[in-house]
Amino acid sequence: MSFKKLALGIGAAGMLASGLFAASTPAQAEDTIYVPLLTYRTGAFAGSGVPIANGLHDYLAMLNERDGGVGGARLIIEECETGYNAQKGVECYESTKGNGAIVYNPFSTGITLQLIPKAPVDEIPILSMGYGLSATAVGETFPWTFNAPATYWSQMSAIITHINEQGDGIAGQKIGFIYLDVGYGREPIDLLDALAADMGFEVVKVPVAVAEMQSQSSHWLQVRRENPDWMIMWGWGAMNPTAIKEAINIDYPMDRFIGVWWSGGDSDLRPAGDDAIGYLSANFHATGTDFPAIQDILTHVVDAGLSQASRESVGENYYNRGLMNSVLIAEGIRTAQELTGKVAITGADMRMGLENMNLSEERLAEIGLAGFTNPITVTCEDHAGAHPIYLQQWNGAGWEAASDWITPMRDRVRPLLEAAAEAYVADKPDWETQSCN
Amino acid sequence: MVLWILLVLAAGAAVYYGIRFEGSLKQRDRHAMIALSAITVVILGVQLYRAELLGEIFIEPFAFMGEAPDLFVQVLWQGFVDGTLYALIALGFVLIFKASGVFNFAQGIMVVFGALSLVGLHAAGVPAWGALVLALVIMGVLAVGVERIVLRPLVNQEPIILFMATIGLWYFLIGFGELIFGGEPKVMITEQLGLPTGRWRFDILGGRVNVNQLDVAAAAIAVLLVTGLGIFFNKTRIGRALRAVADDHQAAMSVGISLNQIWRIVWFAAGIVALATGIMWGAKSDVSFALAIVALKALPVLILGGFTSIPGAIVGGLIIGIGEKMAEFYWGPLVGGSIESWFPYFLALIFLLFRPQGLFGDKIIDRI
Repeated sequence: MSFKKLALGIGAAGMLASGLFAASTPAQAEDTIYVPLLTYRTGAFAGSGVPIANGLHDYLAMLNERDGGVGGARLIIEECETGYNAQKGVECYESTKGNGAIVYNPFSTGITLQLIPKAPVDEIPILSMGYGLSATAVGETFPWTFNAPATYWSQMSAIITHINEQGDGIAGQKIGFIYLDVGYGREPIDLLDALAADMGFEVVKVPVAVAEMQSQSSHWLQVRRENPDWMIMWGWGAMNPTAIKEAINIDYPMDRFIGVWWSGGDSDLRPAGDDAIGYLSANFHATGTDFPAIQDILTHVVDAGLSQASRESVGENYYNRGLMNSVLIAEGIRTAQELTGKVAITGADMRMGLENMNLSEERLAEIGLAGFTNPITVTCEDHAGAHPIYLQQWNGAGWEAASDWITPMRDRVRPLLEAAAEAYVADKPDWETQSCN
Repeated sequence: MVLWILLVLAAGAAVYYGIRFEGSLKQRDRHAMIALSAITVVILGVQLYRAELLGEIFIEPFAFMGEAPDLFVQVLWQGFVDGTLYALIALGFVLIFKASGVFNFAQGIMVVFGALSLVGLHAAGVPAWGALVLALVIMGVLAVGVERIVLRPLVNQEPIILFMATIGLWYFLIGFGELIFGGEPKVMITEQLGLPTGRWRFDILGGRVNVNQLDVAAAAIAVLLVTGLGIFFNKTRIGRALRAVADDHQAAMSVGISLNQIWRIVWFAAGIVALATGIMWGAKSDVSFALAIVALKALPVLILGGFTSIPGAIVGGLIIGIGEKMAEFYWGPLVGGSIESWFPYFLALIFLLFRPQGLFGDKIIDRI
């Protein structure tokens, strides 16, 4: 057999096998709930995407292995690779929604923006946990989208609060803002500008194009020239480790450099190692494995060979971020089951479950995550909740809590969110809103 | 303001075109075009002046260079370091283009593949220098594989077919690399390879200039590689064979030059260049598939230096490296920053206006 024929044979066999696999995807039965996970384990942003995907998958897999699913319904977990690409993300959505999907977690602001208008049409809620369009926190305007525990704007306001509480306050100071020059990175700029005007500080913006993520020397020379009192970073993927190394190169003090909660991955800091000691990053959950639920993941999933994560990577910041997202999914399902009396819920039921979720301290303790995060409640009016955040600090090998819980400026942020929500629907006369009275 | 600047430049280009290419337009049309364009330049220039933009564009950046000479030297140094690495990446493209007339779209992923092989082997327990040697062997195997599986069946096909094949190679190597090494970023084994990681601080020129020792090493290795490969391909028998292949595949084969051997050699050389780039750039950030994007920074270098010129790749790399850093630092803030991604193309296009064949390319003469 010639090489060409052999190669063609292997290719054809591979295609046939993949077709058979696709055909053999388990059909949804009455006691199952289909949970598609839009993840990205490949591409330029895989460094952040892989641990998140592992955490997302492993918590749900643990519930299946330990409890047989949620409320008697086994979870059918299916990942779809988006590559952090909006087009691929929409393709994933379209190809999986017909399987009975109850919720989507886009893990990309770009994909979230594409899915927001689709959610009410298909009646499948979007859970963009701590990312996406900040204005979707306004539940009356966006009944189908949730971004608990806090929006980007809440997070920015909490970071500004923290800076304001240091020394003589933020008035008169210069704040540098370096960001990935895409929708995600630009998202908090309106709020930052508004807060700067209100509180009397100056903002220096340093955008980084995607093509320049790994070539930021001139951007950081710009920072050196401006000499800001604090730096805030809205980075992602390869931008993060490069920015941290360049900040070190210009002798920028690490303990005055604060990253968004997407600029705090362990893999972001490892290349700089000890040189990055002191770097701060926002967060809304704990790191580490010192929680019964995470121990159960290690026992039932990782050690059982059902996870793609290595044992050492369990408990890292982004792993726990994905886990936290799956906690919200599971709690949304539980709440929906309680409210409807159903075992196998629909997307509409899940929307109701997310909107009435109350992840109290007691509930966190019940599920083996006491102290993992601040209690989270979602209401019809507020789909984010403006929950407190804290700052964590890099110690050369891992993260340590570096602040108490910081409450976002809800009074300042909420009117801006409402105005943004109103602006979003202004040119959409058929947009479906809801009344929360 | 960007629009204003572009309009001025477009009008200026139109004046230049009218003056330079006198044979391509009727005399009357040519005079009209020059006059109209000149008027446009004057009007737009006055608008810019009234908006105090002329000073911001043409005076303040240069004044700041004088006020903060330490920063000026720092920008020049960063531009030089990046420029040498761009030259190295561009050299990989040039070698393959000279040998096969094909633009190797897969050069970027070869950078990632080389670096991941090195780091992956080390993670598997191979000592750093052993991993380096094995990574070179992998790049050699890749070169032989590409020649045997991709190029040989396409001999004498149109260049666009070969180009498409390299796009296929790009996707294959992405998938293969992710299958073998996973998508997570890795930390480059900088210290294990004996590369310096410290930093010098020079308190000079009324300020400070920071110099990363790794940058010095990167620039030195890039210069050595570029020089070595330049000499190898210009002064040796293989180099002459390469030039013969570049001129005409069939004629070269008719005098006994093995096309397949030449292709294997240039792809291996491009692989060495890719590995070196991956090590240096991976040490500046991390080793992830995002590194492939860095290789695309060589495109304006190729436009500027020409696809067939090794000196062009070197000089082009330095011009683009220094030019983009200067532009981003001194003029970027005027337009909200982030101009580094498009400015090199703009700079290359300006050069092309005067030298369409690139800085060192041969003048194109078609006999009809």
